[in-house]
Amino acid sequence: MSAMTNPFPDAASAWELPSRGKVAMAGLIIAESAIFTIFVVAYLFYLGKSITGPTPREVLKTPVFYTICLLSSSLTIHFATKALEGSRPRSFLGFWLLTIALGGLFLYGTGQEWRRLVYHHGLTISTNLFGTTYYSLVGLHAFHVTAGLLMLLSVAMFSLAGRMGTRQYNRVEVLSMYWHFVDVVWVVVFTVVYVLGR
Amino acid sequence: MTSHAIQMPDAKIETHIWVDTLHEWLTTIDHKRLGLLYIAYSLLFLLIAGVEAVVIRIQLMHSHNNFVSPQVFNRMFTMHGTTMIFFVVMPVLFGFGNYLIPLMIGARDMAFPRLNAFSFWLTALGGFLLYFSFLGGSGLYGAGNAPDIGWWAYAPLTARAFSPGHSSDYWTLALLVSGFGSIATAINIIATVLCTRCPGMELSRMPLLARLYLVMSGMVLIALTPLSAAQIMLLVDRYLGGHFFDAQAGGSAVLWMHFFWIFGHPEVYILIIPAFAFMSEIIPVFSRKPIFGYPIMVAATVAIAFVSMSVWAHHMFTVGMNSMANSFFTITSMVVGVPTGIKIFNWLGTMWGGRLQLKVPMLFAIGFLFQFLIAGLTGIMQATAPLDWQLSLSYFVVAHFHYVIVGGILFAIFAAFYYWFPKMTGRMLSERLGKWHFWLFVIGFHLTFDLMHIPGLLGMPRRIYTYEPGRGWDTLNLIITIGAFLQGIAILVFVANLFISYFKGEKSGNDPWDAWTLEWVVSSPPPVYNFASIPVVASRRPLWDEKHPEDPDSRYE
Repeated sequence: MSAMTNPFPDAASAWELPSRGKVAMAGLIIAESAIFTIFVVAYLFYLGKSITGPTPREVLKTPVFYTICLLSSSLTIHFATKALEGSRPRSFLGFWLLTIALGGLFLYGTGQEWRRLVYHHGLTISTNLFGTTYYSLVGLHAFHVTAGLLMLLSVAMFSLAGRMGTRQYNRVEVLSMYWHFVDVVWVVVFTVVYVLGR
Repeated sequence: MTSHAIQMPDAKIETHIWVDTLHEWLTTIDHKRLGLLYIAYSLLFLLIAGVEAVVIRIQLMHSHNNFVSPQVFNRMFTMHGTTMIFFVVMPVLFGFGNYLIPLMIGARDMAFPRLNAFSFWLTALGGFLLYFSFLGGSGLYGAGNAPDIGWWAYAPLTARAFSPGHSSDYWTLALLVSGFGSIATAINIIATVLCTRCPGMELSRMPLLARLYLVMSGMVLIALTPLSAAQIMLLVDRYLGGHFFDAQAGGSAVLWMHFFWIFGHPEVYILIIPAFAFMSEIIPVFSRKPIFGYPIMVAATVAIAFVSMSVWAHHMFTVGMNSMANSFFTITSMVVGVPTGIKIFNWLGTMWGGRLQLKVPMLFAIGFLFQFLIAGLTGIMQATAPLDWQLSLSYFVVAHFHYVIVGGILFAIFAAFYYWFPKMTGRMLSERLGKWHFWLFVIGFHLTFDLMHIPGLLGMPRRIYTYEPGRGWDTLNLIITIGAFLQGIAILVFVANLFISYFKGEKSGNDPWDAWTLEWVVSSPPPVYNFASIPVVASRRPLWDEKHPEDPDSRYE
């Protein structure tokens, strides 16, 4: 069994498989989508079932500005990856830091809203079903934004140290897939909580 | 392609002291070692959960028995169910997958070796957390207390008022942690199968095992995550004062049931699809024929994966859903039987006209075919909503799902052990002890689980710790317990066989079964790097092509 005749002499060179990073990130996104689906279902199922107030209609305000921030960060991270692909490191760093700033701004907005709800309206996670489902769903998303920001920050540090080049393009693209996912989830959460839920 | 290990120059290899060996195993990222760790870990828990099963059976041996208290009985069936599903069957299946998939598709390791090690240690941590509850369940205040909420942990049993102390928290955390491990492994398997195949290994040429594990991993991503989400909600309820499953604040106990069974039923298929994978590798080799209907097997698996996602509420017919929901879930549950039937037909088609070799792996495979068929038939009985109203929560259900998990999945796992043990260790498992194991286990299995249907039909509810005499249940329960002991003895024979054969078994060589997939081309046990040079394949049976250059499969595919 020493040498099997190679039926495809050129096979090794012609043999192309998908990138493992992208496949794995796609898998993670599918799994995370299922988790978010369960939380969204719970939110919708419990709409209007709280025994005591406050209700969403009374206390929620639509966070238009912060939503625009998060959604436009998808655009800036796209420009950043394109800049990296075209080996323009300064432009990459600029767009990358802008993405982090926009993401951070969104997180600040969530924090402000929670502060308002807790201190002015007395709504906590244990107040009623609305509080339980609202803080869980929005909190789960904010947790994902935080995790994403930490990863973006680590890339920013490498970039500031001058270590980011076209060789890292594939990895940065995988990371940007995650960031786009976080944005898309916000579209769903926004629709459910602030549009349908009031 | 070559089977020769790279020859080391005449360097003096120092003998390892045991601390070094231990360190190597604890820090390993080699898919084969991690596979063996998974398997060893699940065997340990198999013995623990087996003892719990025996305790349950001794308690039910005759009416008004006082072997254990009702409280301990509740803990025993909770721990038995949770352990068997999450810490025996899941890890052993991931263990075989880890070990075999890279070898079968001609890769040197999994796509993400470090993630692979991380997943294993998460799973291990989960199991230890669960069993730590025996010590830490009541905190520092008193005697230990394991979870006693049943393996599906229906609300409001898990509420603080009904489950004080930390036992339910250990249960929740154990499942959450091991669930994350399983999700990471599933992602790893998908990336491995899609991205690290050797040249020529197109999806349509992959061994069915790799193909079926791909489908199973996809199901893990979609079906295991709802359980993780529900566990997070339960933690919010228990620690932050949330109301997800708190009926007094408007929360719904039924929502937990839905979330649990959206996971729970696909989970059965997550467990059985790897069993199908083992069957699809073992039956052809011992029938000396290629698998019958390869594309149909793949299509049937995908069909099962799809349909099984929409059958969950057949666990909830007695909750009182509307007739639309009852009809829908009855129909989907029956539909899932169709692709399953196609698979059984194809395995029989593979055996038909073949030169059957009744070695131990094949004996277990044949046992699987018969028992899994019966398990499916009683499943279809219970898929009928009106009949389920009668049978639900009785011993008939217990008999049915043990028929699936023991008669189906466990038999397939035993077949896999006898088939791949030579590859993993370089030695054959003893055929003589193997036949003792098989026959003792078959007889014990049928004594226990055939008869268990009858007290169920007579109205014996599950999860009761004792019963009144004079209902016609005593004799049956006694025989069921005797069967459980026979199965226990068979498992001990199996474990003895593993140990004895590991040290004294006959040397197996690379390819003891004259098989056709790539794992049999490397030495036994395989070298760390698997393949000295990456193989190139041209058909579904690369070793057949190599052994029969005058008539290769590649000419016909």
